[in-house]
Amino acid sequence: MSRLGNLYQSVIGKKAIVAVTGSIMIGFLLLHGWGNLKVFSGATAAGVPEVDVYADFLRTMGVPILPYGSALWIIRIVVLVSLILHVICVVQLARHNRKARPVHYKHARNFEEATLPARAMIYTGSIVVLFLGFHLAQFTVGGVGSAPFVQGDVYGNLYGAFQHPVYVALYVGVMAVIGIHLYHGAWSLFQTLGWDNPDRNKSLRMLSVALGVGIFLAFSAIPISFFSGEMNKPSLQHADTSSRSNK
Amino acid sequence: MNFTLRIWRQTDANTDGDLETYKVQDIEPTCSFLEMMDILNERLTERNVEPVAFDSDCREGICGMCSMVINGKPHGPKDGTTTCQLYMRHFEDGDEITIEPWRSAAFPVTRDLIVDRSAFDRIMQAGGYVTVHSGPKPEPNAIPIEPSIAEEALDAACCIGCGACVAACPNGAAMLYTSAKVSHLGLLPQGQPERFERVQKMVHQMEAEGFGSCRNYAECEAACPKEISIKFIGRMNRDFLKSTLILPNNPRGKMDSQ
Repeated sequence: MSRLGNLYQSVIGKKAIVAVTGSIMIGFLLLHGWGNLKVFSGATAAGVPEVDVYADFLRTMGVPILPYGSALWIIRIVVLVSLILHVICVVQLARHNRKARPVHYKHARNFEEATLPARAMIYTGSIVVLFLGFHLAQFTVGGVGSAPFVQGDVYGNLYGAFQHPVYVALYVGVMAVIGIHLYHGAWSLFQTLGWDNPDRNKSLRMLSVALGVGIFLAFSAIPISFFSGEMNKPSLQHADTSSRSNK
Repeated sequence: MNFTLRIWRQTDANTDGDLETYKVQDIEPTCSFLEMMDILNERLTERNVEPVAFDSDCREGICGMCSMVINGKPHGPKDGTTTCQLYMRHFEDGDEITIEPWRSAAFPVTRDLIVDRSAFDRIMQAGGYVTVHSGPKPEPNAIPIEPSIAEEALDAACCIGCGACVAACPNGAAMLYTSAKVSHLGLLPQGQPERFERVQKMVHQMEAEGFGSCRNYAECEAACPKEISIKFIGRMNRDFLKSTLILPNNPRGKMDSQ
């Protein structure tokens, strides 16, 4: 443990914690996005939307070795701890950095290398954290948003929520912000951990562009498709919600 | 050529400073930036005005003494040069030029454009050395070094310790400087014995001096008169993380069986 303590004491170590927790959250986003795309997979022969089957799987996975729902909780706790460490380290580093440069130049600064996404990390990150609270209240806990929330009826909940342009705009907007955050963050983590070098630099930069754009497209396709009328109404999609909840 | 100069004037470390405006006329385009400053100072002295204090030494771009932030950029608008290698022909006639000192908590301004960079010396003293034996002089080519490694080490050794990287960094970080010093020794066989001890000591000293942390902006690389790459920062991070997390604390310790 003293090694982790030493790591946390140093600014390079704190950056490494930000990089590792960031990559855990990128992994979570990739899984989350991949799962979400099941809304486009239609329904089973019984008429249950594939995304609801997938949502049920998230709770049953690991059974019977693990109790029902516990695998999902393990993932949630890992992601939550990562998020908390990520934010704590970033806030501490930002404070340290403000102290390191107390006087600003009088002449306007022209950034030569630092891109706008790189300089906006603290803002894009803050927007994502705020959005996260709203997103969990809407689709995990329920009670926030215009449509009624039914536990397990993922397709129906999404359909209800994304009939309103405000929510569609909010979700697409925040997905763009996440994409911008990842554009710098996904490359930056390799540099921080010392895995970037001139041979790989181009590929890693391209990877971070692909990740930012890919996450944005995958996640925003869902609200847009529900809003544009591309997707069937939940009642047509699965007639037997009642029978399923009785099983 | 004629210029309007806005120069930071500050009597000492404990007094507040501000920008003062000076006009300089009839400057030859072949004049270097520091020669222009000399001419200004001569004329100020003739008028019984305190001349502008600034650092300079070799004036051929290798000593790392000159330190001016010109129009918001350390060492001025030309890439890959120090202030002393900047010429007035690189500006337009009639330009307004703002000249400020390096800005960082670890580099306090002592007077006008002069800052105290002894924090860099203390980082070097913490670990920027190799041990040599005091016996007879060894055969210079006794230790084979792959040419590409030698070249890479020399790329890092190009660092003249001017501090432009710190001045350019919005966080006032000294990561490029420290990583160049860590790497030029750590790449070579002669630097291996202290390699991981060195990175620990130098990084801790860097932090103790109050330098900021790296945000991977690469503004330091853009400002570096020797164009040192941020790849050395990645290399230093790797060595630091390896020595913090992986290398054994007690390689000679005893082990018990079950």
